[in-house]
Amino acid sequence: DTSLVEVNSFSPSVPISPSSMINQYKFEDGPELRDLFITVDDPESHITAIETFITYRVVTKTTRGEFDSSEYEVRRRYQDFLWLKSKLEEAHPTLIIPPLPEKFIMKGMVERFSDEFIETRRKALHKFLNRIADHPTLSFNEDFKIFLTAQAWELSSHKKQGPGLLSRMGQTVRAVASSVRGAVKNRPEMFTEINNYMETFSQKINLLDKIAHRIYKEEREYFNEMKEYGPIHTLWSASEEDIAESLKGIASCIDRCCRATEKRMAGLSEHLLPILHEYVLYSEILMGVLKRRDQIQGELDSKVDALANKKTEKELFSEEIGKLEDKVERANNALKADWDRWKQNMQWDMRSTFTNVAENNLRYYEE
Amino acid sequence: MEDCLAKKMEITVSEAEKRTGRNAMNIQETYTAYLIETRAVESQSEGQCAPVESLWRRYSEFELLRNYLSVTYPHIVVPPLPEKRADFVWHKLSADNMDPDFVERRRIGLENFLLRVASHPVLCQDKIFYAFLMQEAGWKEMVNETGFQLKADSRLKALNATFRVKNPDKRFTELKHYSDELQSVISHLLRVRARVADRLYGVYKVHGNYGRVFSEWSAIEKEMGDGLQSAGHHMDVYAASIDDILEEEEHYADQLKEYLFYAEALRAVCRKHELMQYDLEMAAQDLTSKKQQCEELATGTVRTFSLKGMTSKLFGQETPEQREAKIKVLEEQIQEGEEQLKSKNLEGRDFVKSAWADIERFKEQKNHDLKEALISYAVMQISMCKKGIQVWTNAKECFSKM
Repeated sequence: DTSLVEVNSFSPSVPISPSSMINQYKFEDGPELRDLFITVDDPESHITAIETFITYRVVTKTTRGEFDSSEYEVRRRYQDFLWLKSKLEEAHPTLIIPPLPEKFIMKGMVERFSDEFIETRRKALHKFLNRIADHPTLSFNEDFKIFLTAQAWELSSHKKQGPGLLSRMGQTVRAVASSVRGAVKNRPEMFTEINNYMETFSQKINLLDKIAHRIYKEEREYFNEMKEYGPIHTLWSASEEDIAESLKGIASCIDRCCRATEKRMAGLSEHLLPILHEYVLYSEILMGVLKRRDQIQGELDSKVDALANKKTEKELFSEEIGKLEDKVERANNALKADWDRWKQNMQWDMRSTFTNVAENNLRYYEE
Repeated sequence: MEDCLAKKMEITVSEAEKRTGRNAMNIQETYTAYLIETRAVESQSEGQCAPVESLWRRYSEFELLRNYLSVTYPHIVVPPLPEKRADFVWHKLSADNMDPDFVERRRIGLENFLLRVASHPVLCQDKIFYAFLMQEAGWKEMVNETGFQLKADSRLKALNATFRVKNPDKRFTELKHYSDELQSVISHLLRVRARVADRLYGVYKVHGNYGRVFSEWSAIEKEMGDGLQSAGHHMDVYAASIDDILEEEEHYADQLKEYLFYAEALRAVCRKHELMQYDLEMAAQDLTSKKQQCEELATGTVRTFSLKGMTSKLFGQETPEQREAKIKVLEEQIQEGEEQLKSKNLEGRDFVKSAWADIERFKEQKNHDLKEALISYAVMQISMCKKGIQVWTNAKECFSKM
């Protein structure tokens, strides 16, 4: 029976969104409730006989009592992050676990270990850990603490404990079996609403992601043409006398426009594109969370059905059912609270990201 | 510029119309005709407007007029016509001659051409030009009767002269280089500008997709809904704004194009000079050789190797009478030649003088026009940025209310 951590006092403050990569100590207005600061940086390549992989440095600074020290520095590889995510999902099946960057990018233009790819991944991993740190429940998860603090060998030995591969597979099989049963009949209205919302949201966010990439591409092509445009005026000014100054002036203005365009593009790729991508992944995660909730409910429902058919062993069943009912209720509450939190976060993120885009564009035009 | 036609008369090319008719080979074709309207400007009118006269002309007649002017006034930098076919197009503009935007821009170009000719101190006084504006019927015949086609120099002759001339006026050589450079740099600029316009169009238009998706998204949101919806509207405005911006830029491109074609007119004047100079050099050379021949015959010395000398050595000398006759002929030719040379020299110097005067006038005009065009381009860019600022300020407000 998987344990569910009670949702403790839901933090009343406005959730702080770690949308600023560069300065993670930047705060919005609101009381400073953060006591856990994490950075992911310094990617390093490791070559062994069997494989080549990248590790990232994870630095944690904290004032929390349950941590033995106030500063930790460890190195982690992508696999370790995958492990953490699956442990969190196991422990909290109806909480919204933040997305990890994908294993590979299908688009094929980015090489597995290109600088661009590594940097994008690093930023996403940084975000992942910070989102967990912000979460009122997840940030107190034991595996999370171990992830942040354990040395490499400690981590690998810890990983080997816990439910083995076979039992985890068993859980998955049960999960698949129950999901095959189709739409859960007693699903509370609220979750159906959330489901419908997520279907549309997922569609739209995917479209926005595509649009944003397209804009970036067009801006880059525009920039490439503009690079050629300025120098022509300078060339022309060499044949002229009277209008040479005017031509040179235009050439330098065009060059400034070029630089402004570069800044605009950088703004897109640093802020808008990662956030949209994160929410594309989030929408997949949410669909998964909703399914798991349905499963848990499905377990309860099937037991209730069984009870209705078997009048004997009533007591045994009712205890089980009681437990399951609790489980369902806790799952529902957890999800609801997390859903509200996620929605708020999303709103905040979207607002700030698009405002940022607008500001970038303003700066561009002003320059 | 006191007496130039432009001051006395308002000239406009006010309309364009599609026509069908039969051409020289009796085949049906569609063409565009342009309405030229003229009205005398009364200096001290008592509120009375002079009547408007008008007639229709097609592009080929403009071409005929320009050819006539180029041949008749070879020392003048004759204003160019707008392009025959659409060039330097970017993807949205069509390259079709019948496309209304192209026709409109050509109408403006033709009007500009007429105004340039009318404000030129020499060209505006030409009778054929005047008739072009005022007399619809029989104008073509009038032009052909001037026999200007005969005066035209053959292309081959001109090319020959360019390569063989020994002492052209240095200023013309420099001018030729300048016009080559001007042509190459402007056409490069126009090509890149077209590509830049294409890309800019793309950037703006894709933002329009935001509008649609925001609107659909806003349907499922409660608090964010209004902000998204109105932001989407601003994205639509942004995407639509590029059409006007780029249309204005086309006018700027047309201004540059005019000077691209002017480069050709400059080169034509240089070519004429080279031709005249070559002619002069040939005449001088001819004269010198005749004088030599004369001297040789008179003194009997053969200074230079000549076939005559050889044959006379081989086959015996001519009789004194024959020689006398030859000398007489040569002396006449020499006299003719010297007079011709004198007049050619004079012609050449006059040409250089008047051509250079017009070139100076042209230079001033060019510097003035180009400066204005560049300034207007800068103004256009500023206005585009101001529009951008407005849209994104509005969008930002909507976003912040989400």
